[in-house]
Amino acid sequence: MVEFFTSDFVLGRLNYWFFIFLMMTGLYIVIARSNLVKKIVGLNIFQTSVFMLYISIGKVSGGTAPIFPIDMNIDPNVVYSNPLPHVLILTAIVVGIATTSLGLALMVRIRESYHTIEEHEIAEQEQEIMRKELGLAKEGEV
Amino acid sequence: MRHHLILRVITKLLVGTIFLFALYVQFHGDYSPGGGFQAGVIMAVGFIIYGLVFKLEKAKAVFPPWLVHKIVALGVLVYAGTGVYSLLVGYTFLDYAAIDPHSPVHGQHLGILIVELGVGITVTGVMVAIYYAFAAHAPNLKDEDW
Amino acid sequence: MLIITALSVVVTRSLFAIVTLSGVFSLLSALLFIRMDAVDVAFTEAAVGAGISTVLMLGTLALTSRSERGDKKTQVAPLFLVILTGALLIYGTVDMPHFGAPDTPAQTHVGPDYLERIPKEIDVPNAVTAILASYRGYDTLGETAVVFTAGIGVLMLMSGLARRRREDEDDKEGPS
Repeated sequence: MVEFFTSDFVLGRLNYWFFIFLMMTGLYIVIARSNLVKKIVGLNIFQTSVFMLYISIGKVSGGTAPIFPIDMNIDPNVVYSNPLPHVLILTAIVVGIATTSLGLALMVRIRESYHTIEEHEIAEQEQEIMRKELGLAKEGEV
Repeated sequence: MRHHLILRVITKLLVGTIFLFALYVQFHGDYSPGGGFQAGVIMAVGFIIYGLVFKLEKAKAVFPPWLVHKIVALGVLVYAGTGVYSLLVGYTFLDYAAIDPHSPVHGQHLGILIVELGVGITVTGVMVAIYYAFAAHAPNLKDEDW
Repeated sequence: MLIITALSVVVTRSLFAIVTLSGVFSLLSALLFIRMDAVDVAFTEAAVGAGISTVLMLGTLALTSRSERGDKKTQVAPLFLVILTGALLIYGTVDMPHFGAPDTPAQTHVGPDYLERIPKEIDVPNAVTAILASYRGYDTLGETAVVFTAGIGVLMLMSGLARRRREDEDDKEGPS
């Protein structure tokens, strides 16, 4: 139990906690805020902090960027960081922008139909429509 | 943005540089940081900045929407075509040794270049297409509105 | 810095400011990526996050509204949920390897293997490009297809919009 409170333990994991804090900030924005633009920004923050988490796993202390010298004479003493997380995150960023733009396009369409981008207002309108339809159905029965 | 003289002049200077940088990032991607994704995005930024500062119609005259749509598909075709070519020659899918059977390492080099080119073309196309789609509907805002 | 930016996104109400802040966030995270040796990722993040996505969001704002309306009250349930999730995740990090440790599983098997094989098999200086295009070629092909699909999706959503607007205008002109 003592090892949990050594400064070494805390410093070694501070980066994860930092990213988790950012992640949770993004998650809070997504859950609690009803504006759709804000939700997408929150989603982006969440996404970026996940990227940071991955990249930080690939980091080797004392290492350098995984790019060899141009003449390919590799000094065996040079430590390179792990390139695999970089590759994964590189592709994830571009997929992220693609999905973000799709979300934004959907938002523009929602605005076209509902004339608002606030989630609770959309929900109210939906309920209104539903009530009307139910009312019509009942009148039809009578 | 008729009256923003400085913006217009700087943009004219900048667009060429941006394209040059995008090409550098594209074809130098296996030696230095960069590659198809970054190059595609930078290339698209060149068109977007042109469309933002000048009129959208001018950007569309340079890079017409029908061409953008063709290019979006072309990139994926180039990438997948590389894979199919290696299949036809008798290697496994996307094995770039097929491109130059005499020296597989050289084949890998060429393969990476071609594939990155495909990625770059698609990303450019998609980003410009998305920008056109958004910008085409934007009402003319005055500067004060922001 | 990143935390300050993220927190100000929570409290700000002007959407224009939020979009700008998200650009700032991307740029700062790009700096962090460089610090963690991921130059390619930083490059992409700076170009995509700070460049394209800000432009797209501003384009969306021009089409929609520019400030956030709605409830002022801070909901307790989401906050509780978020804190709970965060606590669980932090509990999970207790078993995580030390930051930058060279003897973790990720650093002892896959990573060095790639770094050894690339000079022999591919001979491309940038290891990230080599893995991206060659070893993980399928991955990248699929992802190019994702970008392609997203582009088509946006085009379909937005071009339908233009047509309907035109029809609306026709309708308005028609009866009057």
